[in-house]
Amino acid sequence: MNIRRVLIANRGEIAVRINRACKSLGLSTVQVYSAADKDSLAVRMADEAIEIGPAPAAKSYLRIDAIIAAARASGADAVHPGYGFLAENGDFADAVAAAGLIFIGPDGDAIRLLGDKVAARQVAAEAGVPTVPGSTARLADVDAGLALAHRIGYPVMIKAAAGGGGRGIRVVQDAEEFARQFPQAAAEAAAAFGDGGLYVEKMIASARHIEVQILGDGQRYVHCFERECSLQRRRQKVWEEAPAFHLDSQVRAAMCTAAVKLAARVAYKGAGTVEFLYDRATESFYFIEVNTRIQVEHPVTEMITGLDLVAEMIRIAGGERLSIEQDDVVIEGHAIECRINAENPARNFMPGPGTIKRLAVPVGDDVRFDSMLFEGYTVPPFYDSLLGKLIVHGADRARCLARLRDVLKKLEIEGVPTTIALHTALAEDIDVANGDIDTRFLEGWLERRFPTPAKS
Amino acid sequence: MSKQQVLSPLPGTFYRRPAPDAPPFKEDGAAVAVGDVLGLVEVMKNFQEVTAEYAGAAITFLVEDGEAIDAEQVLAEIDE
Repeated sequence: MNIRRVLIANRGEIAVRINRACKSLGLSTVQVYSAADKDSLAVRMADEAIEIGPAPAAKSYLRIDAIIAAARASGADAVHPGYGFLAENGDFADAVAAAGLIFIGPDGDAIRLLGDKVAARQVAAEAGVPTVPGSTARLADVDAGLALAHRIGYPVMIKAAAGGGGRGIRVVQDAEEFARQFPQAAAEAAAAFGDGGLYVEKMIASARHIEVQILGDGQRYVHCFERECSLQRRRQKVWEEAPAFHLDSQVRAAMCTAAVKLAARVAYKGAGTVEFLYDRATESFYFIEVNTRIQVEHPVTEMITGLDLVAEMIRIAGGERLSIEQDDVVIEGHAIECRINAENPARNFMPGPGTIKRLAVPVGDDVRFDSMLFEGYTVPPFYDSLLGKLIVHGADRARCLARLRDVLKKLEIEGVPTTIALHTALAEDIDVANGDIDTRFLEGWLERRFPTPAKS
Repeated sequence: MSKQQVLSPLPGTFYRRPAPDAPPFKEDGAAVAVGDVLGLVEVMKNFQEVTAEYAGAAITFLVEDGEAIDAEQVLAEIDE
């Protein structure tokens, strides 16, 4: 492999995860960090650590020049971007390559192509992957949008071409609302993303979010089956599973094949995720977007396939061929991941940084906790609220849920608010157990189970 | 002339503007009325408004836009 020393351009639990993967491959690591992360677990684990700026991400983890300088100074030969921050920034990938280093992920052109939602839809359509009825290009003006919305039928979503992660989306019910919202959406997209381009998609009334993990080495492409990620709050995933439940095996096969075709179409290199909306009523699936990075929820796929996705993406970047054939990837049992955030579900998910006073983690063969926590660690206020991911495996979904209920009782984190109580309630919920959920289920459920207290 | 201090309710990142390319909520030296928004504190991607508890003739900010702050840190002073 052409990689010996990896610079990790991220923080938190994923920086810990990447450090572990590098060690398992016999590679040394360089951890960059902000002043707020000086005492972090990733910094302690790494062979070398370099401070790249003050706490705010814009002055540290988002500074391309500082990260490249750290890579050069430390003798790293590759950069792993993790997720978030610069992970899907094509200019960062280009800058890493221009510095003579290896970017662990697809190249800048692929990131830009798949990161542009309209261009990605076109690629999907060309690869024969079903897309949600809607635009084939950016809308020229409001009249073009109105004509299209009329043809595909309301309600429709107005989406920002440069958006993603659930941001830059408006749902409109009729033509009058469309005409009113369109200019606001354009102005908002221009302000938020530096690109006012918009497109329109049909709104699927009750959809599930199912995504397919792919791996490619630029010549060969495999899928690692799917993840079910419908439990979301404010379009952020809260709980993920693999494989998806209530999914016909033929539909599963078609969805996974579609994802592989899309990967092949763009000669994909690395680990990626093809996201789909799944309409259970019609058993139809529609392409939404591609994420050109490792996902937060990748461990559920690892738990059912036995693969190490982070190690695999490093090997691919290092010039090795895919280590597996499609037939090597098989589903064993069921896995569920709970995102444990430093938020109080009883107070409208108010986040709370602070110092971890006590930590008890019941890990074992079928239980994994991906986290950067240790007793005495102070969770800083400057970044997202993810404390860790509890991942549980079982022989089937019912056994997995039973084990999860047991493990959640034993997981103790004191010193900061956490969402453990939310996950305990979800793990005991009959609709969750039956798989009677869609992407809007959790917000309605929260209004009943964790009502927001009236303001005093 | 007495000064009133504006303290941050939380640790996090202080912003003087509603958006990176928007004008500041309050220019240095501007008059302040009770309830005026002075800035935002971002805590774990959650934004909390900092509002004025005192009125005054002129405000002086002691923290830059986008700077890391501690809880109870003095963000600004208001001249009465």
